[in-house]
Amino acid sequence: MATTTQTTVPPDLGKTMQRDMLAKYYGALETANADGVPVAYLFIPGNIVELTQCFGFLPVYPEINALQCGIKKVAGENIIRAEDLGYSADVCGYVKNDIGLMLKDRQSPFGRLPTPDLLVCNYSGCNTFIKWFEALAHFYGSEFFLLDIPYIRESEISPGDVAYVVAQLKELIARCEARTGVTFSEARLREILGYSREAEDLWVEILHLARERPSPFDSYFEAVFYMAPVNMLRGTPESVEYYRQVLREMRARTDERRGPVPEEKFRVVIEGPPAWPHFRAFWELFKRWGAVAVASTYSKVGGLYDQGVRHDPSRPLESIAEYAMNGYTNWNLAKRADLLRRYVEEYEADALVIHSVKSCRSFSVGQADFRESFVNELGIPTLMIESDLADPRYFQEAQLRNRIDAFFESLTQRRLTGATA
Amino acid sequence: MSAPLGRVEDLRSLVEDVTFPRAREWKEGGGKVVGSFPVYAPMELVHAAGMLPVHLFGAGGGVEIEAADSRIQSFVCSITRSTLELGLRGNLDAFDGFVFTNICDVARNLSGVFARNFRGKTVEYLHLPQNVGSGAAVDYMTGELRRLLATLERMGGVNISNDALAQSLRAFEENRALVRDLHEIRSKAPWLLPASEAYVLTRAGGLLPKEEHTRLLRETLAEIRSRSSRSMDKMRILLLGSFCEQPPFALLRAMEDAGCYVLDDDLALGLRFLDRPLAANGDPLRAIAEGFVHGAAMSSVCHTVRPKTEWLLQRARELQVDGVLFCTAKFCEPALYDYVPYKEVLEKADIPHLHVEFEEKMTAFEHAKTQVETFVESVMFG
Repeated sequence: MATTTQTTVPPDLGKTMQRDMLAKYYGALETANADGVPVAYLFIPGNIVELTQCFGFLPVYPEINALQCGIKKVAGENIIRAEDLGYSADVCGYVKNDIGLMLKDRQSPFGRLPTPDLLVCNYSGCNTFIKWFEALAHFYGSEFFLLDIPYIRESEISPGDVAYVVAQLKELIARCEARTGVTFSEARLREILGYSREAEDLWVEILHLARERPSPFDSYFEAVFYMAPVNMLRGTPESVEYYRQVLREMRARTDERRGPVPEEKFRVVIEGPPAWPHFRAFWELFKRWGAVAVASTYSKVGGLYDQGVRHDPSRPLESIAEYAMNGYTNWNLAKRADLLRRYVEEYEADALVIHSVKSCRSFSVGQADFRESFVNELGIPTLMIESDLADPRYFQEAQLRNRIDAFFESLTQRRLTGATA
Repeated sequence: MSAPLGRVEDLRSLVEDVTFPRAREWKEGGGKVVGSFPVYAPMELVHAAGMLPVHLFGAGGGVEIEAADSRIQSFVCSITRSTLELGLRGNLDAFDGFVFTNICDVARNLSGVFARNFRGKTVEYLHLPQNVGSGAAVDYMTGELRRLLATLERMGGVNISNDALAQSLRAFEENRALVRDLHEIRSKAPWLLPASEAYVLTRAGGLLPKEEHTRLLRETLAEIRSRSSRSMDKMRILLLGSFCEQPPFALLRAMEDAGCYVLDDDLALGLRFLDRPLAANGDPLRAIAEGFVHGAAMSSVCHTVRPKTEWLLQRARELQVDGVLFCTAKFCEPALYDYVPYKEVLEKADIPHLHVEFEEKMTAFEHAKTQVETFVESVMFG
């Protein structure tokens, strides 16, 4: 475990590298339309960026743009602009943020976004994705491809599901060839998938380090940041190098017994997306109790790599299909609840925190139900709080603070009673 | 206005009865009952298994949400909360199984909530193909139907033969043809059949044994055709957005009373979902799959290769409507998303439209009625 690298790892190595990678990425997006570089809009869960990369497409992820707008505090105005167009107060804030961006000529805090040449709606784990890209197809008039990814409705994936997705991938390849004039090369796809797999292996190694005490990083509030390249920019040597360096950084932190809080007092598993528009404030509500997330499900929406999911150069299309089905929100509720239970055990967590968000019913419907089984059947202390991942209007800080404080106070009390019992 | 058909009032009571008397009767007779959550489910298979297929539509305001409140958040549509409430209160005890499909994230997850809360019952979730442009969609859906068939065989301890399937398909096709006739009458001669009556007659098909409903439709169609009512000067509208959760009956009546002929709608759409006759020969499962992939009704819950906005304009022109009325359930994301592009193309085409939002528990219709009345006045006399 001990390494000799700790003194040579610059602080915030991963953050600095990622900042540069994203600056380069957004820079390329800014000139893509003018440079004639084809642009494919994709969703994060189950995305097929390796395939579109074979044809030279630059990927745009509207969900990432939405969360970035949340962090940069411009989501609120984008959402209102979409509501003025006719979108209901009750639909997903990510969608409204994206429509709001479109309405201001795609000017974002990270540069001007390009228009899509192809909308690949990888419908995995979220039905709203279909409605979202149907709307974009309407407004942009762009070519639309619906990649239908069956929900994991039984305990395992069936061969029929894989065959269906592979058949669609072949149809998509033909569409991409027609669109770009580039002939598909399986050798090139295998090469790209090799990079993906390497980055995924490293990412899993990093995630597993949260089993340490103290955990070297917060597996929710920091993992959702570190996961960006494996979600967005897989299939590149840069992303492999990125995770190599992040692993180095995390190992150094482990060696120094350094974690995200001065003293790790509570280990929690967090379910649900973060409150992006109030990210710092949200994290602070946990930090002040010395609470560290040791596992989270939001960091698995882009792929359940820690559950063995991998891109595989020796089974290119089949492994893309299997990956696409294995995003967290594409798992049925029983599988999701079982994963949460295993996380609590494997990462020796003291409690489960459920952040229910209005925008994302895919995540949130069912949470209140399985909370009941965690508390009553499994005896796992569980806190359920509500706000939103996109809409700043739903974040009631004082109310959240009261709930979170009361929960950790009761955990403290439970510990004291347990110690004297 | 034609005199209401006597049986419509009886059927309306049946539709609004959240104790499911016909399902209980069937169960007491030793049969099995399978319920489906909207929008569409291939209930021919349930029929072929010798079970009673029942289309669930929530409680329509017939129960207070109490037990379900702690299990489903308040930002979720009424039908989801009330359907769970029915289950938790024991109103669905006569049911042996439930079928859910991928219409939205809420319905999808409700299947998981049902599986956890009603462990002795069978809960099947079907992922129906959304990429209907794919050459693989029919094969995939046939596989999904085969999976449902295997589940039903396990439930019933029976083998479902191809002949039994073909026979059930025929029974459903016969019924669907009559339902199509019913809706054609109200589109072409709405003075003969108000939409609220067509709705009740259609919805009863989700509660009664298929053969009984078919007989009832035959008799009723003859009665309707012999009515002597005449056309009145009313606003011709297309009603859209209620494909899953159903608006209160009184709201539909209020719309009609406000001076509208509802020429078409997507109420209880699952019972009118396969728009065209299915192939009569060959593998019955494949015929259903082909019907779904190539001929499903237009709705916000199924992707289409051709933009839905084009369909809307074409339908509005075919029916020569004076306006479109969007009647969407609160929190229903698919309908609320589609509303924006729809609204945009209607405005460009100069077709008036109005949006009314409803909930199951809605009790005051005055506001909605005034909205519709104002709409009618502005279009007809503006």
